[in-house]
Amino acid sequence: MDFYDKDLVSIRDLDRAHIEALLDLSEEMIPYARGEKVERMLDGRVLGNLFFEPSTRTKLSFESAACRLGCDVIDVSEISMTSISKGETLADTIRMVDAYCDVIVLRHPHEGAARLAAKFSENPVINAGDGAGSHPTQTLLDLFTMRKSKGSLDGLNVVLVGDLKYGRTVHSLAEALTAFGAKLTLVAPETLQMPDDIYNHLKEKGCNPVKTSVLEDAIDQADVLYVTRIQRERFPDPGEYQKVAGTYKIDNSMLREAKSDMIVMHPLPRVNEIAYEVDSTPHAMYFEQAFNGVPVRMAILRAILRRE
Amino acid sequence: MTGAKVAETKIPPIRNGTVIDHISNGQALNVLKILGVNEQNIDSVISIGMHVPSSKGSMWKDIIKVEDRELDPKTVDKIALIAPDATISIIRDYYIAEKFHVRLEDRIIGLARCSNPYCITNKGEPIDPEFKVEVRSPPKLRCVYCDRILTNISENLL
Repeated sequence: MDFYDKDLVSIRDLDRAHIEALLDLSEEMIPYARGEKVERMLDGRVLGNLFFEPSTRTKLSFESAACRLGCDVIDVSEISMTSISKGETLADTIRMVDAYCDVIVLRHPHEGAARLAAKFSENPVINAGDGAGSHPTQTLLDLFTMRKSKGSLDGLNVVLVGDLKYGRTVHSLAEALTAFGAKLTLVAPETLQMPDDIYNHLKEKGCNPVKTSVLEDAIDQADVLYVTRIQRERFPDPGEYQKVAGTYKIDNSMLREAKSDMIVMHPLPRVNEIAYEVDSTPHAMYFEQAFNGVPVRMAILRAILRRE
Repeated sequence: MTGAKVAETKIPPIRNGTVIDHISNGQALNVLKILGVNEQNIDSVISIGMHVPSSKGSMWKDIIKVEDRELDPKTVDKIALIAPDATISIIRDYYIAEKFHVRLEDRIIGLARCSNPYCITNKGEPIDPEFKVEVRSPPKLRCVYCDRILTNISENLL
C-alpha cells in the first residue's frame, strides 16, 4: 500500500485496504509513541503545522508524533502575527509554507481548505480538520481505538450521539464505518441530525442508519457509544445553540443498560456530555482514544514521508 | 437533421439564430437568465414556449428561440447544467445549419459557485469552483473542495 508523497484530505480517499494498512502500521508505532523504543526514521524532515483554528489534541499529537520520529516541526499558531491577518489568501500562505517544509498539516475553519492546499502545495497535505468538513486523521484514530478494543471493526453496532450536523468527526467516521458493515444509530435532536447528503451517501454505500432523538432506545445494543460535543462555535445563531445545549448527558445510571464491554468514545474536549463519574468505569475509552492520536499520526507521517 | 426545414407550429420559425429545444419542463426562465435577457445588450427577439408537448421521453418540454444570435460554448455548457437533455439548433436562412445535444462534462469548472457558504471557494481564493458530476439527469454535482452537493444549480450559476 503506497502512501508515499500522497495527500490525506478526506477519508473518502481511502478504501478498506488503505485503512487497514494504516491501522496495522499504527499498531507497530505504539511502543515508539510511548517512548519505550526510539526510532528517528524521519530525521531531517520538517513538518509545517498550520492551525487556523484552536486545537489541543490534534496539534499536540501531530507534534508529538513528529518528534517521536525525529521530524522537526515549524508552526503558525498565532494567526494575528502573520501575513494572513493582512489579507493573504490561503493559497499564497500554502505556497510559502510549502517551500519551508516536507509535509503540511492544516486545520482551517473553511470546508474544502485542505483540498485547496493540496492543489497549491508540491508537498503532501494532511487535513487536520476543515470547518464542518473532513477530519480523516481523527477518523483513523477512532477506528484504531475501536479495533484495538473490540478486536475487529466488522459489523460493530455503533451509536453516534450529539451534534451530527456540524460535528465533522462523525461525518467522516460514519462513512468509514460503512466499509466495515457497521450498524449505525444516529442520535441527535432533529435540528442537529446528520445532513441529508451524508445520510444519503451512507445509504448508497449499503448502510441503513437508524435516526432517533432518544438515546435510551439505542444504548443497550451498542458496542460503541460515540459521543460528541454540541459545538457552540459552529452555530450561526447563539439562540439555536441554547435550545440544544446539554441535550444528552452520559452518566453511570444511563450506562446500567449497556453491554458490559461497551466502550464510550469522545473526540474531546467534552463540556458536560459525559459525567466525570464515567471516567473510572471500564466503559471509558476517550483518554486512550486521545493517546491513540499519536501512534496513528506517527503511522500517517511515516507512510507519507518515507518510501518503504 | 442538418439542412431540414424547421417545423414548429406553436412558435413562429426564425430566419437566423438559435433554437434551444427539449429544455426540461419549467426550466425555460432559468435558461433565459443564462442568456442574459435582463441585460441591456440584448437586441434580438426571443420567443419562449413553456409546457409544450414533447415527442421525446418526457411528456412536456420548454423551447426557446433566439433570433440573430449564436451561443458561445460557455453559455451552452451552462444550459447543460439545468437542461441536460436540451438540443441546440443553429438556424441560418430558415434552415438548420447545425444541431447538437448539449453535453455535460464529467467536471464542471468555473460555471457555478458552491452553494455551501462556508466552502473555501466562496472565500476569495484564486481558484475556480469545481464540481464532479455524480448524476447526469437531473444533474447532481458534488463540490470537489468541500464535498457537498450543489443545491439549486440555477441560483448559483456564475
